[in-house]
Amino acid sequence: MANLIDYIVPIAILFFHSILVLLAVLLMAYFGIYGERKIWAAVQLRRGPNVVGPFGLLQSAADLIKLLFKEIIIPQEANKAIFILAPIITCFVALSAWAVIPFSEGWVVSDLNVGILYIIAISSLGVYGIIMGGWASNSKYPFMGAMRSAAQMVSYEISIGLVIITVLLCVGSLNLTNIVMAQRNIWFVFPLFPMFIIFFISALAETNRPPFDLPEAEAELVAGYQTEYSSSLFMLYFLGELAATFLMCAMITILFLGGWLPPFNIVPFTLIPGAVWFMLKVATIFFLFGMVKAIVPRYRYDQLMRLGWKVFLPISLFWVVLTASFLFIFNLMP
Amino acid sequence: MVVFSKNPINSVLFLIFSFINTAGIFLIAGAEFLALILVIVYVGAVAVLFLFVIMMLDLDVNQLKGEIKKYYKVGIPIGLTILVEMGLIIFLDPFKNESAFLNKWQVNSELSNTERIGEVIYTDYFYHFQISGLILLVAMIGAIVLTLRHRDYVKRQNAEEQIMRDPDRSVELKDLRIKGDSQ
Repeated sequence: MANLIDYIVPIAILFFHSILVLLAVLLMAYFGIYGERKIWAAVQLRRGPNVVGPFGLLQSAADLIKLLFKEIIIPQEANKAIFILAPIITCFVALSAWAVIPFSEGWVVSDLNVGILYIIAISSLGVYGIIMGGWASNSKYPFMGAMRSAAQMVSYEISIGLVIITVLLCVGSLNLTNIVMAQRNIWFVFPLFPMFIIFFISALAETNRPPFDLPEAEAELVAGYQTEYSSSLFMLYFLGELAATFLMCAMITILFLGGWLPPFNIVPFTLIPGAVWFMLKVATIFFLFGMVKAIVPRYRYDQLMRLGWKVFLPISLFWVVLTASFLFIFNLMP
Repeated sequence: MVVFSKNPINSVLFLIFSFINTAGIFLIAGAEFLALILVIVYVGAVAVLFLFVIMMLDLDVNQLKGEIKKYYKVGIPIGLTILVEMGLIIFLDPFKNESAFLNKWQVNSELSNTERIGEVIYTDYFYHFQISGLILLVAMIGAIVLTLRHRDYVKRQNAEEQIMRDPDRSVELKDLRIKGDSQ
């Protein structure tokens, strides 16, 4: 009996932690959609959502209820099992990567030694949801969207990987908590500014955000891989994409902006708890993502590939070598 | 399931599933670095390209079914051999004497998995590692050379040229005289 309790209690605590993180992510997604729509509206001199609830704050809830209660339509020619599985995979993968993100010191579900590898591995699985969904729809535009997305995500994963390697060279650990703690003296955004820019743009491409939202470019492909999806399956895609976007914001925060660390280690800044700093930074990056969507036109597909392979790959590879040599020559290797 | 699925796409998906299971086995064995690298490399990159190619091919399932019988003659002996080998390893345990060899690698157990692998690869097996890297490089260059063909009739976009264009060099003003114009 005692054994059983020893076994159940940690699992219950883990479960509780996971639920908390899930709630946090879903809340972020909820207000993320609302905030993003308000930002685009402001850029385009519109009002944005302002009818449902005060200042339109309940708009996302209304959308959620609408999507949940609609009928799921599965095309007759579709491969039913894969069709239903695909959005579930997208959502599952995007949410499960949050398990290793430290919100504040010690506020993490699982403090893995290889945390950053875990995130790369999990986010590289995200492409399956899209490619499976596009194929299983058994229709022209979804399939083309899926093909585009597969090539795009695999290409930009490489430059993301190289940027992460550069950061890891400066840290000497794969643990996300250690990565943040290594930035106590200076945030990596200052010494590694070019890498920050490359990571930011690659993150946009990796999560299929505009200006790289070619897999769902509505002018060319209707809605890309999600053309045939409706109601809650569509919502799962939407949520998975948003969770992945926030994950990338959190990654930028952890890798370059010092995670939960305050900007200056003096009294008025240190009084604010770390989680608030973390959230502020994530929200700032998300705001930048929203601004990019509002003001940058969509890339053409060959330009996208050219940018990934001919511009970002050489620059980031060069920076890896440069950083390594710099650390080696000046004996700064951690 | 990988072999016996009727639909090749299902086969690939099951193959990916078995990759993930392999990563799980690595995790249980305590090799978290290897497990995650396996997921990144095989599941994240190689299998995506697999899936990509097989989806692009227009495969006829019924035709494939007929063809698979041709391969039974080769496949069954290979399968049996592997089965017998696995059985031999499990029941005879030929690696009993190797434990001394394995112990050699377990000196610094307080170091993490990742650091240990790096130490072994970059000190003890440095040349092997470099050679395998070179082989991969050769394979990559070979693949590029085989597919790279410059066709003259393809119109390409030169981004720099396009950006550097300005009206002074690309627009030419001409006086036009139209017939019947009274100038």
